[in-house]
Amino acid sequence: MGTQEPYPIDVEAIREDFPILDRKIGGDATTPGEGPTDDAPLVYLDNAATSHTPEPVVEAIADYYRGYNSNVHRGIHQLSQEASVAYEEAHDRVAEFIGADGREEILFTANTTASVNLVAYAWGLDALGPGDSVVLTEMEHHASLVTWQQIAKKTGAEVRYARVDDDGTLDMDHAADLIDDTTEMVSVVHVSNTLGAINPVRRLADLAHDHGARIFVDGAQSVPTRPVDVTDLDADFLAFSGHKMCGPTGIGVLYGKEHLLAEMDPFLYGGEMIRRVTYEESTWEDLPWKFEAGTPPIEQGIALATAVDYLDDVGMENVRAHEDLLAEYAYDQLTAFDDVTVYGPPGDDRGGLVAFNLDGVHAHDLSSILNERGVAVRAGDHCTQPLHDKLGIAASARASFYIYNTVEEIDALVDAVDAARQLFA
Amino acid sequence: MGIGSDMYRQQILDHYKNPRNYGELDDPTFSHVGENPSCGDTIKMDVALADDGETIERVVFSGDGCAISQASASMLTSKLQGTTLAELEAMDRDDVVDMLGVDISPMRIKCAVLAEKVVQDGAKIYEGELDVETTKTEE
Ligand SMILES: Cc1ncc(COP(=O)(O)O)c(C=O)c1O
Repeated sequence: MGTQEPYPIDVEAIREDFPILDRKIGGDATTPGEGPTDDAPLVYLDNAATSHTPEPVVEAIADYYRGYNSNVHRGIHQLSQEASVAYEEAHDRVAEFIGADGREEILFTANTTASVNLVAYAWGLDALGPGDSVVLTEMEHHASLVTWQQIAKKTGAEVRYARVDDDGTLDMDHAADLIDDTTEMVSVVHVSNTLGAINPVRRLADLAHDHGARIFVDGAQSVPTRPVDVTDLDADFLAFSGHKMCGPTGIGVLYGKEHLLAEMDPFLYGGEMIRRVTYEESTWEDLPWKFEAGTPPIEQGIALATAVDYLDDVGMENVRAHEDLLAEYAYDQLTAFDDVTVYGPPGDDRGGLVAFNLDGVHAHDLSSILNERGVAVRAGDHCTQPLHDKLGIAASARASFYIYNTVEEIDALVDAVDAARQLFA
Repeated sequence: MGIGSDMYRQQILDHYKNPRNYGELDDPTFSHVGENPSCGDTIKMDVALADDGETIERVVFSGDGCAISQASASMLTSKLQGTTLAELEAMDRDDVVDMLGVDISPMRIKCAVLAEKVVQDGAKIYEGELDVETTKTEE
């Protein structure tokens, strides 16, 4: 794919693959789709919540339903075989994308949250007990924070939180202090969805492994936005969601090292995951199917493989470079105002998102005013309530970027923030 | 598009910036608190009834949060002075939206109705018809 000044990628060509970006905003939000009173061009800056879906992925979904919709692994009729092959190969494609050894290490789940829960229940209930510790960071998303907190309650294990420094990055000395021989699990968000901080996962993995612990990496914000290789990270587990990386909703991935997955008992029981069942006993299918009980997200898995093809075409190094460019630009534009507080590390050292507040305007009001001008940002606690408590705020607004965003869109954001400033002055 | 805003008309902004009946009563007949857990909006309503035990003699609010929740509380306290508990209980979300005089987007309705819900729940608790610590609004 070519490039287009000042971008490392051809944003104009990419935008053509996303017809939703031509939508207008401003009317009745109770009926889906563009209506007659919608007049402001959409400026979509909520990609950390959900990214948009390019035409090839939409077509992959339609092709599946129009051409070979069928249950997998059950029929020996042709449609079922076509669906099964495509669904299984999607695991291979995702494995290749993150540097895993093969489909045995790739479980399709519902989303990142389901992936964390799978590990917490299937691994954690067995492995954790009184006297054990789970080390998290203060910037974990509720998906992992709440899950480990509750599994720790069930098992009697202790949860420890590695501090976030005033500069919005992880205090690695504190993390190194907390990870000790009681530690069984270190669970860390790779790129924080609130601060944008990029955590040194490999160093944390080495610390964990030095103490005989496992490391779980929440890759919900990193896998969509940069090259991620599980071997380089030495991650034991890695979770991410299809809907944040050009794929559909309803599909998440759990990567696990094969020997760990092999040792774990299944999480959900039922059809598709068994080999032989009697009234008394059951035995399990091979990996990864042992962990995919019931009819899986077939179309979503196949479409995720198409999304991965799409991203590889753009090139994950290029995706990162584009994200870096937009993050730095947005950070500089927003921090230029005295009445704007931006959370997290500096613009040249963060993922492609910026959470901020405008003095005197609640983040929800700000987001509503931005919306009236077509600018879509997220407002709230971004599923990091304890981190917001620590920052001393109830909510923040967050702009997050993807491959189709432009500096002009960030200018539109800054203009809209200025409109809110004047309205509330 | 200018700076004009659909949801943030002058009246809302005025009530947000200069809230009416803001404060607490020394000796309220009943008082109740509520919050929007997802937004961090909080509202406390203090109500003093007249000797007839039915007429709202004075109602004030305190708390903080977004402009919609706070302006709604300010406008509601103005509207409720002198009304009866029966009239209060008969109010619904449409009355709140009418009072605000703007279209409230679906995701913000819970901000708009917080104050109404708090004072209605407060009245029900006072009359022994309800038992909750804190009122919470969700969609
Ligand atoms: C860092 C992080 N972890 C986990 C999640 C949860 O993802 P999902 O809602 O797809 O399970 C998100 C996004 O919502 C996230 O940003």
